[in-house]
Amino acid sequence: MTQSTSVANAGGGLAKRVIVCLDVRDGKTTKGVRFLDNKVVGDPVAMAQQYYRDGVDELVFYDITASAERRGIMLDVVRRVAEQIFIPFAVGGGIGSVADMRAVLLAGAEKVSVNSQAVRNPRIITEGAAAFGTQCIVLGLDAKKDAAMPSGYRVMIDGMRRATELDAMEWAQRAQELGAGEVVLNAIDTDGVQAGYEMEVTRLLADSLTIPVVASGGAGNPDHLYEVLEQAHADAALVASMVHFGTYTVREIKHALAARGVCVRDP
Amino acid sequence: MSSSDDLVIVDYEAGNLRSVELAVAHLGAASVTSGDPERVRRARRVIFPGVGGADAAMAVLRNRGLDEALREVHRAGRPMLGICVGCQVVFDSSEEGPTDCLGLIPGRVTRLLPAPGRKVPHMGWNVVRQRRAHPLVAGIDDGARFYFVHSFSVAPAAAQATVGATWYGREFAAIVAAGNIVATQFHAEKSGHWGLRLLGNFLSWSP
Repeated sequence: MTQSTSVANAGGGLAKRVIVCLDVRDGKTTKGVRFLDNKVVGDPVAMAQQYYRDGVDELVFYDITASAERRGIMLDVVRRVAEQIFIPFAVGGGIGSVADMRAVLLAGAEKVSVNSQAVRNPRIITEGAAAFGTQCIVLGLDAKKDAAMPSGYRVMIDGMRRATELDAMEWAQRAQELGAGEVVLNAIDTDGVQAGYEMEVTRLLADSLTIPVVASGGAGNPDHLYEVLEQAHADAALVASMVHFGTYTVREIKHALAARGVCVRDP
Repeated sequence: MSSSDDLVIVDYEAGNLRSVELAVAHLGAASVTSGDPERVRRARRVIFPGVGGADAAMAVLRNRGLDEALREVHRAGRPMLGICVGCQVVFDSSEEGPTDCLGLIPGRVTRLLPAPGRKVPHMGWNVVRQRRAHPLVAGIDDGARFYFVHSFSVAPAAAQATVGATWYGREFAAIVAAGNIVATQFHAEKSGHWGLRLLGNFLSWSP
């Protein structure tokens, strides 16, 4: 009982988060490699329940169709997920207005993620933060290695199809100033190839921003999460293929991280 | 308008009420979401959630007469649960702005400061150490993790008001209780099975 009053010495602290990302097209979860060749991997609601039971800390759903007529299908998925899982989840894909944000939040999402639309209209970040709080607004940032840029990474939009003139570091800092509460950094060169996260750009953003940085793209095994969380200082790591295809369960990933000394929830 | 509701979730445009409604429904309880002060005043049990700023939340509560309604529920001794910003507004004042808060529990709300390796908002799952027994934490593991998202934290004037505490650069109160009011800085409705357990405890609590 020497330190019974000290929370600091309780062996806890804020846990590093393991987040599962589900790309949803026409109401089905899909997964591609480098944003292409998507194949259907299952029902997003059933998958979300499985990951919830398995101890996932958070979920992200990206509506990768996001055309007007399909918006209703996604909102239905969000509603059904919210009725059954009681952890935070974010929804992104095609969100371009405060009204779009309100629709997914009212359907039960905790956060909204803006990406290409925020590049085209940065005010959406400020307007969303003013309406719902900064904790609600996640900047999705797709970065591609490019030696011509100051940070070495260029911001890409429209699912990698279009290059911008924005530097990844400068854009992330600007989004933070505009009111983003978190950045999900997706490094495109590695997405879906399971060869590890882009360490360099993740460390750069994680060490420079005052808001949390979620590493995304490239996870293939628990060592990759260990590296990006401990060595690149990401606050959370996003996984998709390695759990969707059944190579690892969320619980196995957390056990492996805990065994290497990473602070995680309920391993 | 003569009957009273078993549970009213106070709607003051400060947060994700849907998550709270769904969590309560999952526990088998009926609830009504309302911003009508009359309905809040007569409720047998009240939850007031909230995200965003304490200052903005107080402005809305005051404009709608909900501040007086909540004070009346408090005076009547009926169970009240504040969540996140709903936890902050029960104190006297906040560094977030000049507006007075509800003043139902003595104490103030102070800003969390970022530091190297410590991001603000404090976002994610952190440990809550139980400082004393309370029906709200019955059956919940000491040291269980709950989901936090906040940039300000509460500092009760009396140590006795802290039921659970969390460390993030400094220690702050994560669960507070005083008389018929309980409040959590974390989002119980988004904190998995421990959060549901806490909400269930609140629903069966008779202060």
